[in-house]
Amino acid sequence: MRDAFLRFVRHKPALVGLVLLVMVVIAAAVASLLYPGDPFRIVGKPFQPPLTDFPLGTDMLGRDLAAAVFYGARTTLLIGFAATLIATVVGVTIGGLAGYFGGRADALLMRLTELFQTIPFFLFAILLVAVLGSSIGKIIFAIAVVSWPPMARLVRGEFMAMRNREFVQACVSMGMGHARIIVVHILPNTLSAIVVTGSLMIATAILIESGLSFLGLSDPNVMSWGYIIGSGRSVLRTAWWICAVPGVAILLTVMAINLVGDGLNDALNPRLRQL
Amino acid sequence: MPSLAYVLRRLAQAVPTVLAIVVLNFLLLQLAPGDAADVLAGEAGSATPEYMAQLRKSFGLDQPMWLQLLLYLKQVVTFDLGFSFRHGMPVSELILSRLGPTLLLMGTVLTLAVFVGVLLGSLAARHLNRWQDNLISTLTVLAYATPVFWAGLMLIVLFSVKLGWFPTSGMQKVAAFHEGFAKVKDIAHHLVLPAVTLTLFYLALYARLMRASVLEQASMDYVVTARAKGLTERQVIRRHVLRNAMLPVVTMAGVQVGAIFGGAVVVETVFAWPGLGLLAYESLFARDLNLLLGIFFVSTCLVVMVNLAVDLCYSMLDPRIELR
Repeated sequence: MRDAFLRFVRHKPALVGLVLLVMVVIAAAVASLLYPGDPFRIVGKPFQPPLTDFPLGTDMLGRDLAAAVFYGARTTLLIGFAATLIATVVGVTIGGLAGYFGGRADALLMRLTELFQTIPFFLFAILLVAVLGSSIGKIIFAIAVVSWPPMARLVRGEFMAMRNREFVQACVSMGMGHARIIVVHILPNTLSAIVVTGSLMIATAILIESGLSFLGLSDPNVMSWGYIIGSGRSVLRTAWWICAVPGVAILLTVMAINLVGDGLNDALNPRLRQL
Repeated sequence: MPSLAYVLRRLAQAVPTVLAIVVLNFLLLQLAPGDAADVLAGEAGSATPEYMAQLRKSFGLDQPMWLQLLLYLKQVVTFDLGFSFRHGMPVSELILSRLGPTLLLMGTVLTLAVFVGVLLGSLAARHLNRWQDNLISTLTVLAYATPVFWAGLMLIVLFSVKLGWFPTSGMQKVAAFHEGFAKVKDIAHHLVLPAVTLTLFYLALYARLMRASVLEQASMDYVVTARAKGLTERQVIRRHVLRNAMLPVVTMAGVQVGAIFGGAVVVETVFAWPGLGLLAYESLFARDLNLLLGIFFVSTCLVVMVNLAVDLCYSMLDPRIELR
């Protein structure tokens, strides 16, 4: 573990990513301290450019963009983490069962996974939100539904490789039950791969969320970065910063998570480093 | 050539996928508020009561669920996807009329992304840890984190609003009525920004993949052999390393056709490119759920077909695949 930590710290891009990510988390945490009150509130004249009365300017209704960006960090992190958590649980369950039991179960579960990988996933997410409604819980559900297949495939591969190792065979010959072998013996050995893939999935989930809210499929009660860009689009010619500012926020957050994910990969799977 | 038995087997494997999509569509219809007839007629309420009654009867909404599913299946299999009152034409016709622009956009993006991605990835691998590698790696990290719609908007600000080089939206100049070569040129001019926007993201992905793939191949025994028999470095790279290193990239590109379609929805919305993606956005706004379901069905079928084509190409390149 200490080695892994050292490898992570020595990986410069990963450190940069971690610092950026911590900044986003802090922004989300202090949003209501810095900007008490509703971020949808009108605070001044519309269309003020950045660095005037307001650090990031105001949008076409006179709402403070800086407040919107801070509150948007909350939404983005919440949806990204929650959707990834659900997708990880589903993916690990399906992939684990398929990889451990093999045969018919594997064939069936993998056909299901392939089906979900064939579907244009963004369009499917749009459909789900359009049908179910756009509350924050339903958006999280929709993103989770379209994100689990890569995790299932990865875990299946790991479980298949572990299934015939000596330590698992030893467990079987000791008469241990399937559930215990899976949870106590195989799962901890696949954890590093799950953590790395999961961390990269957060970035994808955030990109999907911002895309959905850009198209107008966001929770109307919650401020989100994609929503600001979507609503600022109509005034792009005159007030381009309304779209530019939240976009930079998305870019930096997603990049930070990707960098941390890569760093974790190098730290936890040192054998892969030779590439 | 792939054997006939293999082609038939792959076709047979595609059938359950398509059926599963139909069932999924049916389930989504059930989840939507109101009954299927409400959804199919569009929530605008523009359908006549007679049409509604006829719809309810043709769907057998008084019948048990499994019979409803069979009836729905029968309609979809005959490519009867319902009628869009918003657009005043059958959904299937509407979708066919919008298919061309989307295929043009996706084809351009896929070709550009694979070609430039392979080029940049191998360049980075050949100059490992030098400035070229660092520059390309930094750019790919940035491009891979950029939301596609935002990249599109920023390109519009820079190249259309400030510099005025490219049009902001559409596929052709509305009032120009170009013919022949002028028309092709006009469409290409409009295609530049949407294609570049969508390419950036996938380009980054393929460049990263290609870099890793080249580095992996470079340590293989056959490369040592090629060097040992006195081939120049250029020959080793071109004739041996690159050809093998490209395979994972091509596989990935095939897998991602569905994802690129999702990106097309966003890009077409940003640039008002008159394809299926823009149609999906419009139907979302008009709450025309049936049209959206139709687009979903057709685009998934499209992905299945492309995957099939990629697999058949692969079996030509590598006959061992047929045995699996």
